[in-house]
This record gives sequence, structure tokens and C-alpha cells, in this order.
Amino acid sequence: MEITRPRTLTDARRPVLWWDRGRWRRSVDALAGRGMAAVTLAACALVIVIGAALLVRAWPVLSTRSPGALIWSQTWHPTQGAFGFAPFIAGSLIVTLLAMVLAVPAALFSALYLAEYARMRSAIKPLIDLLASIPSVVYGLWGVLFIVPLIRTTIGPWADRTLGHALPLFANRNPTGYGVLAGGIVLAIMVYPIIVAVTDEVLRSVPQGMREASLALGATEWETTKYVTVRKALPGIVAAVVLGFSRAFGETLAVLMVVGNVAQMPGSLFDAATPLPALIANNYGEMMSIPMFDAALMAAALMLLVVVLLFNAAARLMLARLQTESAA
Amino acid sequence: MNRQRRRHLEQRVFTTIMRLSLFLALGVLGLILVTVVRKGLGALSWNMLTQSSTGGYYLGSDEGGILNAILGSLYLAAGATALALAAGVPVVIYLHAYLGRSRLADLIRLAFDVLWGIPSIVYGAFAFTLMLLAGMRASLLGGILTLALVVLPILVRAMDEVVRLVPSELRESTLALGTTRLEMARILLRQTLPGLATAALLAFGRAIGDAAAVLFTAGYTDHMPDSLGRPVASLPLAIFFQLSSPFPAVQARAYASALVLTALILAISLLARLSMRALSKHVVR
Repeated sequence: MEITRPRTLTDARRPVLWWDRGRWRRSVDALAGRGMAAVTLAACALVIVIGAALLVRAWPVLSTRSPGALIWSQTWHPTQGAFGFAPFIAGSLIVTLLAMVLAVPAALFSALYLAEYARMRSAIKPLIDLLASIPSVVYGLWGVLFIVPLIRTTIGPWADRTLGHALPLFANRNPTGYGVLAGGIVLAIMVYPIIVAVTDEVLRSVPQGMREASLALGATEWETTKYVTVRKALPGIVAAVVLGFSRAFGETLAVLMVVGNVAQMPGSLFDAATPLPALIANNYGEMMSIPMFDAALMAAALMLLVVVLLFNAAARLMLARLQTESAA
Repeated sequence: MNRQRRRHLEQRVFTTIMRLSLFLALGVLGLILVTVVRKGLGALSWNMLTQSSTGGYYLGSDEGGILNAILGSLYLAAGATALALAAGVPVVIYLHAYLGRSRLADLIRLAFDVLWGIPSIVYGAFAFTLMLLAGMRASLLGGILTLALVVLPILVRAMDEVVRLVPSELRESTLALGTTRLEMARILLRQTLPGLATAALLAFGRAIGDAAAVLFTAGYTDHMPDSLGRPVASLPLAIFFQLSSPFPAVQARAYASALVLTALILAISLLARLSMRALSKHVVR
């Protein structure tokens, strides 16, 4: 027997049929929500899982040597169990810093132009994005075919002649052209579009009214940019540079192809070096055949992860705060 | 008056510097494309595109092409994008339909931003240790899984940005008609389809160009990809391994691979722009 009186939505006493479409939809909704929450949390937990896995695998090396010895020691003899990471840390730092020195000014000026002055923005922006989408090996190939010969035949000898005697930084003892400078140049071109994209976005989030106020006071466009826009966007610009740094720090194959790969402390721009990512990529083939070698390489991966995580989290938090500020 | 002139001179100087730095970058882009196309066209031939390579990637032989790497790369990138979509779409639905604007959602976004920043060599090393644990060898499956991890954050954040643009009125009116959150998510996804397609293409492009992640996990081989459990060649590694060979015939394969890879990337970014335009016809604004 069905109930004959009219039902209302709020009627709590209506009999529950075995098939209740509303209830079915609600439970599907809840179940799907739980499933998707699980997927989301699993993906987020990946950061921790990766760190933990690398830590476990690197533990044989980390537990038997003091952190100071690992970081500062320069002796790298895997077959004798000597794992000093100093040459590789130094290699990573010098190549990355060089890339930043070359890329940051160009990237910031480009982003300023793109965001504040350019009339052909819609034509130029896709090209910058294209620069970001070119695979790293293609950059490496170009480095090998163009930058390395240029350094070998022109830049290297010239720098050695003019500055090499006075400044050891410019002394050229390496006739191949493969070295820190080649790696730095290739990396600089790779991080340029990243810094431009983030800076451009930050600059465009500066309220138009601030610019207008400055212009109305008689400031030139450049003065407005310098004193108002850039000052307002400064935390975001710093974040963009930090993001670029961490991207450059972890970049592997493009650098590996042009940096020379010698396990030494680089003393000059033209010396060969081995940054941390290149160390991992170069030696993974042998890592299972030498005791502790695999643990040492995983320790290198862990260092890379820790540095990149710190820089990235800091930059992202800065950008997020900027976003909530401009929304408020 | 003098001061006025100095201020305007300063403006002129700095806009010139800005223009120069932009032209420098675009010039480098042109230089890269010209180098790749010139070297690649010289190496490209019908056999190069239709034959698998022979004789190993270092010594090589004069015969053979790069079809194994082209197919391998397409399989790797397609598999990785499909897997990342399967994991990424639920994440985006959860973020937008279930969480909305909340601290937890911001935290999840931060986590994916951080994941995005992790270098692919670290993903490679991580996946390699897991594969050792599971007794897996370098294989197509290993490469697909690793690349899926690499592109998942890119995909999630790109889709997230697109779904965020849907006006909140649309959500509210959908919910007001009595839909559940899950049913509303279907409306959200249909509205943002062009953006989602663009995000998937972006992820595909990233996956096909990534070399460090597949170095340990997919390996390299002269053979055509034939099974999920066997090593597979890829275009980035074809460039990397064959470029250092002393033999011109093998180097030519690296140049040809670079041209094919760059052409694929160009095609993908063009397609991404077109899909954005073509599919957005049906979007309610």
C-alpha cells in the first residue's frame, strides 16, 4: 500500500523504500568524495614518501659519516668508500649562481617590458612560453653545437689573455670548451622563461590605480615602474628568482651534456665540474657494483630534494601571501 | 629643465635595455631553432623515420633510423598523461567541488606546487629505488609510472587554474537546482573542457621531453617498443646517448631525433592554443 496523502520534502516519517534515489545520490556523492580525498592526500604525501625513501636508501652512508665530513670533504673515491660531496656541491652552486647572474637581469627587464610597456605582448608572450617548453636535451644539444665551440675557440682564449693572469676566475686551463661557463649559459637560457613568466604575473597583479596615481603626480613611466610597481611587486619578484634558482639547481641533462663532468673543485669559469644532478645521472650504471655507492648517490638525490623543497616552499608561500594580500 | 631632460633620458635608456634583453632572448630562441632545424634536416631521411636503429647507441652502424625512439617516446608520454589524468581529475574535482575555498585546499595547492618543483632526476632516483624493491627492471611500464609522477603536479595545477575561472554563480545555481557536489563537478568539467585539454597537452609535452626521469627507469634499446616489461627507447635519450658518439652516422640520429622532438613540441603547443579556441565555443560565460 502506498501512502496517499501528499508528501512534503520535510516529511521525516515517510517510509524508506528499498530504492531511494535521493539517498543513493547522496551516498554516491559521499563515497566519491572519500575516494577523491584519498587520491589527493596520497599525491600530497608523495613529498614525504620520496624524502623518506631516499633517506632510507642513503642511510648506510649518512649514518656512518658525519654530515660535516660529507659536505666539506673533497675526496671522492667510491671504490675506497670515500664520499666527499664538496666538489659536486661546489659545482652545483657555481653553475647555478652563474646561470642566475646571467639570467636574472635579462629576465627582470624582459618581464618589466612585457608587463608594463610592450604593445606586442600577445605576440611575444607565446614565444617566451615556447622557450620554456623546449626539452632540456635540446638545450644541451644546442650547447654542445653552439656554446661549447664558441667558448673553445673564442671566449676561453680571449678571457685567458685579457683577465686570466690577474684573476684566477678567468684563467683558461681547459681546452675543450666543456665547463662551468657552458653549463651556466645553457642553464641561464633555461631558467629565463620561468623567471619571466612568474615576474610578469606578479607585475600584472599590481593594481592599475597605483600606477595612475604615480603618473598623475608627474612621474615618468620609468619612475612609476621603479618607485611604485617594482616596489609593490618586490616580494613576488624575489619569489620568481628563488623559483628560477631551484629549477636551475635540479636541472640535469642539459647541464650534464656541456659541463665536462670531472670530479674536481672548479677554480675558474672554464674548468670542468660535476653538479649534483650530473653526478647521479653519470654514475647510476655502476652504483650497484660498488658497495655504498648507491647509498651515496641517493644521499646526493636527498640533498638535491632538500634544497629544492626549501627554496620552493619559501617562494610559493611568498607568492601565496602576495595573492591573498592583493585579494583583500 | 636639465633635470627634466635627465629624467626622460633615464626612461629612454631603461626601455632600450628592456627591449634589448627581450630581443636577446628571442634571438637565442631563433638561434636554437635554426641550429636544430639545420642539423636535423641534414640528417633526416625516409629511412631515418621508418627504421629502428641498429648496432647499439654508441658504436652504431650506418644503417637504421630512430623509429624506435619516436614510438617509444609517444608510448611513454601517452601512458604517463593518461595515468596522470586518471589521478589528477579526481584531485581537481575534490579541490573545487568538495573543498571550495578553504585552508586545506590552499595547503593541497602548496603541496602540488612543491611537487612541481622537485627535479625529475629525483623522481627518477626515487622510482628506481622502488623498482629495485619490487624487482622491476628498466621498462616501458617503469618509465610511464615515473613520468606520470613528474607530470601529475603540472597537470593538477594547470587544470586547477582553469576550473578556478568558472564563475561562482554557475556553481551556486547548479547546487541550487538540487545537484550533489559530484553532479556539479560534471558541469564544472564540461565547462572547462578546452582548458583541461590544453592542460593535458601541456603535460604530454613535458612528458615527451623529459629525459632525467626515464634515464634509470625506461632504459634504452635498439628494439621497437613491444612490451610493457621491456626497456624502451625515447627521443630525449636518443639525443643524449648518440650525440657523444664519434661516428657521424650515429650523431646524425641524434640530430634527427632533436628535430623530431622539437617539431613535436611545437605542434603540441600550437595544438594547445587551437584547442583552447576551438573548444571554448560551447562554454557558457
